[in-house]
Formats: sequence, C-alpha cells, structure tokens
Amino acid sequence: MRIELQRRSEVSRLFSLVSPLLALVLTLFFGGIMFWTLGKNPFDALYSFFIEPLLEVWSLHELAIKAAPLILIGVGLSICYRSNNWNIGAEGQFTIGAITGSILPVLYPEWHSPMILPLMLVMGMIGGALYAGIPALLKTRFNTNEILTSLMLVYIAQLYLDWLVRGPWRDPQGYNFPQTKAFVPEAVLPEVLDSGRAHLAIVFAIVVAVAIWFMMRFMLKGFEVTVLGQSERAGRFAGFSARRMVWFSMLLSGALAGLAGISEVSGSIGHVQPSISPGYGFTAIIVAFLGRLNPLGIIASGFVLALTYLGGEAAQLSIGISDKVSRVFQGLLLFFVLSCDTLIHYRLRLVRHPAPGGAHA
Amino acid sequence: MLEAILLTVITAATPLVIAALGELVTERAGVLNLGVEGMMIMGAVMAFGATQVTGSPYVGILAGIAAGAVFSLLFGILTLTLVANQVATGLALTILGLGLSGQIGESFVGQPGIKLQPLPIPFLSDIPLLGPLLFRQDLIFYLSVVLVVGIHWFLFRSRTGLKVRAIGDNHASAHALGINVIRARYFAVMFGGACAGLAGAQLSLVYTPQWVENMTAGRGWIALALVVFASWRPLRVLAGGYLFGAVTIGQLHAQALGIGIPSQFLSALPYVATIVVLIIISHNRRTTLINTPASLGKPFVPER
Repeated sequence: MRIELQRRSEVSRLFSLVSPLLALVLTLFFGGIMFWTLGKNPFDALYSFFIEPLLEVWSLHELAIKAAPLILIGVGLSICYRSNNWNIGAEGQFTIGAITGSILPVLYPEWHSPMILPLMLVMGMIGGALYAGIPALLKTRFNTNEILTSLMLVYIAQLYLDWLVRGPWRDPQGYNFPQTKAFVPEAVLPEVLDSGRAHLAIVFAIVVAVAIWFMMRFMLKGFEVTVLGQSERAGRFAGFSARRMVWFSMLLSGALAGLAGISEVSGSIGHVQPSISPGYGFTAIIVAFLGRLNPLGIIASGFVLALTYLGGEAAQLSIGISDKVSRVFQGLLLFFVLSCDTLIHYRLRLVRHPAPGGAHA
Repeated sequence: MLEAILLTVITAATPLVIAALGELVTERAGVLNLGVEGMMIMGAVMAFGATQVTGSPYVGILAGIAAGAVFSLLFGILTLTLVANQVATGLALTILGLGLSGQIGESFVGQPGIKLQPLPIPFLSDIPLLGPLLFRQDLIFYLSVVLVVGIHWFLFRSRTGLKVRAIGDNHASAHALGINVIRARYFAVMFGGACAGLAGAQLSLVYTPQWVENMTAGRGWIALALVVFASWRPLRVLAGGYLFGAVTIGQLHAQALGIGIPSQFLSALPYVATIVVLIIISHNRRTTLINTPASLGKPFVPER
C-alpha cells in the first residue's frame, strides 16, 4: 500500500486555510510527545509554553515586541519568495540596519533633537537595503546564487558588528563591556501604550504588512511579483523584467529587515551590543511560509512564532525545560507547514497495489 | 612547522570535502538539498553522544552517518513524496537540525571528548613529509579520499552513475526510459545525508573533539558553495575543499601572529572567499548552464 499524489485541477481554497492550522496542531502533538519523552507532563508543558504567556499584560507586550521584527522581515521575504528570489540573509540585513541606524546616537551622543529618530529609521532602512543590494548585484551582474551569497553575508555582518562594539564603538566609560553608550531618550523608539514596554515597531509592522498586502492585491507591481515568480517567460511576454524584480524584492526586504534591526536596537535594547537578535532573520523565514506568503497571514504567523520564543523562556522558568525547545518547535512547525501545503495542490490517495511501471517511494 | 600547518589544513578541509561530495551526488540526481548544515550538525551531536556513551569513536562515526541519513530521509519524504519546495524544505532541515542538536547536546556541553586516533599505514607512513600528512591519518580522512575516487568512478564510469546523471539532467526522459526516478533520488538524498553526517562526526571527533552548539559554523553552506565551485565534479571538490581549508587555517595563523588586522576581519575571510569564488565561477552564464544538472531543484511527479 502506498500514497499517490493526484494534482488538483485548481488550488483548494479549503486547504489553503486549513493547512497552516493543521500544521500547528501536528506541531503541538509532536511537541507534546517531545515533552513526554523529556519526562514532563505534556499538557502542563504545552500550557506553560503556549497559554501562560498570553495571560499577563506584560508578557503580551513582550509578545508584540518579538512579533514586530518577525512580521517586518517576514513580509519582505514573502515578496522575495513569491518572485523566486531566495534571500535567506535577512539576519545580516537586520544587523547592518541596526548598525547604520545607530550611527547618529552612537557618534553624536550629545545631539538631542526630535529629528534624530526619523533619521535613524531611514538610515537603518538604507543600510539594510544596501546590504541586500550586494546579493542582488551579484545575482544580476554575475549570475551568482543569492541563497549562498546572502547567507555568507550574515556571518560577515555579525563579525563586523562584533568588531564595532568591541573596538571603535565601545563606550569608554562602560567598564570594558562590549557595548556602546546608551542612546539618548530622543533616540529611543517610544512606547505605544502606558501599560507596558511594547514600542512603535509593532505599529510599523502592521502598517507595512497591510500596505504590502494592498500592493500585492490591487497594484500592478503585485501582479508583476506573482507572474515573474510563477514563470519568468510569461513575465517577459508581459513586459516585466526579472532582473528589475531581483532588485525590487531584495532592496525592499533588505530595507524592512534594516527597519526591524534599528527598531529592535532603539526600542528594545537602547544601545548596540554584540548580540542583538535571537535569530529573527531566520525565524522570519518560517513566519513567511506559515503565513502562506500572504502579508495578512504573516501578521498572524508572526505572533505565533513570537509565542514560541516567549514560551521557551516561560517553560524554562516554570518547568525547567531548556529554551532550546523553542528552536525545535520552530523547525517542526516549518516542516509541517511545508508538508501540509501539499494538500493545497494535490489530493492524496491510498493505493493498495503498486501500478505497473509507477514510481514508488 | 610546515608539516604541522599542512596537517591542520587537511583536518579543516576533510569535513568540507566529504559534505560537498555527498551533496554533489544529491544534486547530480537533480535534488537541491540546502539542509547540509542541519544534517551535519545532527551528525556531529550524535557522533559525539554515541562516542561518550560507548567510549568508541568508531561507534560515533556510525552514529553520525546514521543520523545524517535518517535526517535527510525527512527531506526526502517532503520533497520527493510530498513534492514540497526543495529550497524551503532544505532551510527547514537546517533550522530543525540546529535546534534539535542544541537540545540533544545540552548535557554534552563542556564534556571532554574522545579524539579519533590516527591509523598509520605500515611502511607508507615512514615516507618523510608525505607519510605523516597522508598515511598517518584517521579513518575519516582515508574515507574522504576513497569517496572522491569512488564517486568519480561511480558517476562517470558506472552504469548506475550514468542513470543518476540522466535523472539529474532530464527526469522526464529518465522516467520514460523506465528508470525509477523517485527511488533513485531517495538513495541520492540519503547518500548526501550520510556524507553530511560523517562530515559532522569529523568535526566533533577530530577537528575539535568536543560538543559546542552551532559548531558547524556555516561549513554546511560552504560545502554547498563548493559543489558549485567544483562545477559538479568530484575531483574539483577535493581541490576546492583544500583551498578553503587553507584559507581557514591561514586566517587562524594570522590571528595567532597578531599582524594588526582585527581578528573579526580575519574570521570573516572564509565567508568572503566563498562569495569571491562563487562570483568567479558563476560569472560566465554559459558554462554554468552547461555544468548545472538541468533538473536541479525541479519537482517531479510521475505521470501514469
């Protein structure tokens, strides 16, 4: 007996909605088994991992703080992936955006002006976009694989940040800690509500997601992204340029990752230090796929993945499970999302006897 | 001094060569598995764990190979049976591998490891310079050499190898000729996984005999770049692997000498070198097109 795939004549609307949910359920199920093998009560563990963080106001704020960079980066990546440009170096663009955005508050710590924050955000976006421009240039000019180059640039960006904060940018009065001076209050992203720490980044994230959704749904550019992603040839007949799309998608996603980077440094950390991200740039890849590459879906999936970070911290405190569990959850989730997506395009059929000459797995 | 440096170059190059060879076979069969980093780190952690439990690094090697192969099977099921996107699934494999290995290896952190001991080959190991370099090595190094020659022979001199290349170049035609495309691809994917696992085992048993989280440090990705660099030819993988080994070791020695360049810049060299090499290899669109397996990364659903 084996499973056979039968292509659906059209995309299943039902499974487009059901498949991410099914993936979530499967992840929870296997996560429960994992907790059980670790010797914990799976229900208690899942409760403290996924429910407890939602019960307190302060932790809802933390959720928004963690969801913001994931949504910003994930939305940018969705444009890349839809147009077949595999930018997986968002972590590097995030890092460089954080660095270029921090130039003003670090080098001119005496400058108190309401102008500083908007300038920082713009410079962060420019930095991230330029850094994503490197793989775009290499792809369009030298035909180089953007997957490998964008990823190599992540390591380079992280080493550069490390050098900066241990060398030229280190606070001389910082007791030799590898970090810069704390930003002046004018350079800190303001909080949204009085009840907690969540800052403007989550507002940026939702505005950006809605704007990109509008572009994809109602503007020619969105159509161009989809057509070029599905068939470059068809896109050429429509007069679209795949080369320009490389630039557009990479610069856009780089700018958004850069915005996420400077927002994180300015809003959540308040200075620059060697480690500024728990892997947001990579987790955002999962966010993009779980949201089915749809900006509105990405808002929801951004919160789900943010919950895995928070749940990891909570579970570490309450039931003594390592916070590495969150990485496992994230990986499992992406796996199940990708396998459930098959149901959207194919019908599964159980076949009792192998057909002659057919391939079996 | 020269001998010591060359020895470290070989040790640094071996995991790259092995992982790249495995991926080369996978890609020759038309499957792009970007999960090398994930399979490698799983191999590293399982090899280290099995060695700690049994006290034998040889059991560790087997565990590493098995871990890589089993882990790649996940990729196979998703991309070959369920026709999921290969790029995304490879990324998933890497993310899951990095997370899972951190979780599994948590209790191994800080434990002193057991190093895989060299197996000197009688007589040959007494040759000056070449003896210590090539014939007083550990089992994994010998395996890497056997793999290079063996895979070259397999792909270009054997009938099955011809079929593998046919599948990678045109899976529809291969299917029409009666070759079982999916089954062959499963084998190719699992061979790639086994090699990545072996490469991981080398890291945690030979290169630095201990467990450190994320100890692969991008080597799986460099191995992927090596396959492109080698234009899908096993012998060139050997050359490329040693070139990268030399860059890695060269920058370490430069750091030790303290030549006034910040250590972070030197640490970035292997990654910069990867980008430069990719540019040099890829800039001629035509030769790239000729060398790349034509069905690489394309999904295949048999028609019936």
